[in-house]
Amino acid sequence: MRRGLSNLGAATLRQIEELGRMIRFGGRIVMAAGRPPFRWRSFMAAVYDSGLLSVALICAAGLTVGFVLGLQLYNTLVRFGAEDSLGTAVGLSLIRELGPVLTGLLVTGRAGSAITAEIGAMRTGQQLDGLRMMAIDPIHFVVMPRAMAVFFVLPLLSALFVALGIFGAYLMGVEVLGLDGGTYLASLEAAVEFDTDVLQSLVKSVVFGVLLALIATWRGYSCEPHSAGVSRATTSTVVTASIAILLADYLLTALWSL
Amino acid sequence: MTKVSRESGHVEARGVALAFGRRQIFRGLDCRFAEGRISVLMGGSGTGKSTLLRMIGGLQVPDEGSLQVAGQELVGLDEAQLKAVRGRLGMLFQNGALLDSMSVFENVALPLREHTHLSETEIAERVHGRLSAVGLSDIDELLPGELSGGMLRRAALARAIVMEPEILLCDEPFSGLDPPNVSRIEALLTHLNRDRGLTVIITSHHMATSLRMAHRILLLRNLGCVDGSPAQLASSRDSAIREFLGQDGAEYLAHHGHELEGAEG
Repeated sequence: MRRGLSNLGAATLRQIEELGRMIRFGGRIVMAAGRPPFRWRSFMAAVYDSGLLSVALICAAGLTVGFVLGLQLYNTLVRFGAEDSLGTAVGLSLIRELGPVLTGLLVTGRAGSAITAEIGAMRTGQQLDGLRMMAIDPIHFVVMPRAMAVFFVLPLLSALFVALGIFGAYLMGVEVLGLDGGTYLASLEAAVEFDTDVLQSLVKSVVFGVLLALIATWRGYSCEPHSAGVSRATTSTVVTASIAILLADYLLTALWSL
Repeated sequence: MTKVSRESGHVEARGVALAFGRRQIFRGLDCRFAEGRISVLMGGSGTGKSTLLRMIGGLQVPDEGSLQVAGQELVGLDEAQLKAVRGRLGMLFQNGALLDSMSVFENVALPLREHTHLSETEIAERVHGRLSAVGLSDIDELLPGELSGGMLRRAALARAIVMEPEILLCDEPFSGLDPPNVSRIEALLTHLNRDRGLTVIITSHHMATSLRMAHRILLLRNLGCVDGSPAQLASSRDSAIREFLGQDGAEYLAHHGHELEGAEG
């Protein structure tokens, strides 16, 4: 019993130390972002990798989620004679919750894992050490542009997801199920407010972007320098970032409700 | 067992200890790499040759002891302070460590673009000069993944010397090279050392080449090291040292035994 508690304590301390190192690493990324030159070329390449190459996935997921929401919510609302509120229900659930959360999870799986694997492979191949030996800071040269790219693209992808989701629900509700298009759009417009709903969505996607950027780059940068280590780090990025995003979503929603 | 040279040290380790987990690599290691000389680190696998190079580059911190590079103590420096020291070093890694997303030209040009204000024409001139010195041409646009092991190592050597460092650290520079390229790299390193006073520290298992080009050889063993000129080590009474140097050591001694008369130690 005592041994079990001791092991649990040691494991907890290790996790706290790891968290401290990761936060300090985040500080180094912020410092690097403020130190010239800004790596525009690497940043744009990372925006392409993390953002542009995720567009198809986000569009497909957004449309699909929109179809499902349109179908499910219409079938539920029609029982209460409230199908005119479809736009409200779809808009609020997508903007406040599903848009930022599902985008965060999808980008974690597609781009976050790729960033970890890429940085991890560079660590394993001594490329990060090679940069250090050329007096080039690997955080400034490799990590910062990728982290900034994730931070930059996540809100944009989230907005795209929301737009496609609303459009998908419109197609399902109006074109397939016969709801009046004007009613759908009017209920959406009447319910969604910028100060609460859109801002909440934006804040969430920015926070998720920060979390994903930090976790994905840290896991790659600190992975054990062999192929199994890279593999473990990549898995860990997906698991840790997904949990962090869901936890942060709950906390932000709770804070916003106060 | 540890014996150090009396020449002035460009790089000096004193009382260095290092362990990876329970595996002790060094204990009380004292060694000195003379300025403007070629020193070759030798020793069996796992004796810490590459690790010692990494410590000199500030990539590995010893558990105990002192490590000085060009008069600057490395132990206790943070990354920002280490950058200043690394600006005086060039390092060839065993696997090349070229950035695999950049072409060979971009890899070799990288330190010039980062640390100098040279024009693109001057950069291209210098990059092509270094690539040509290591026997590479017409590979500017190739990615590291498209090169053979030997070409990769030579491109990495070109990158290591492009900033004209004071101290060059080479981890197995001859490994994987064909005989003409071994001779080419040997000639290049000897030329850089002789004409520009470059301090060269090499790890190598290439016995004949090492004996031929080294001013001093440091043999890592028993968690420490033994050092001396090639002739001194080749004539050592220690059978383990003679055995390590093998037939190449005996042949070297037959041709250079007379150097012992004027040698130190």
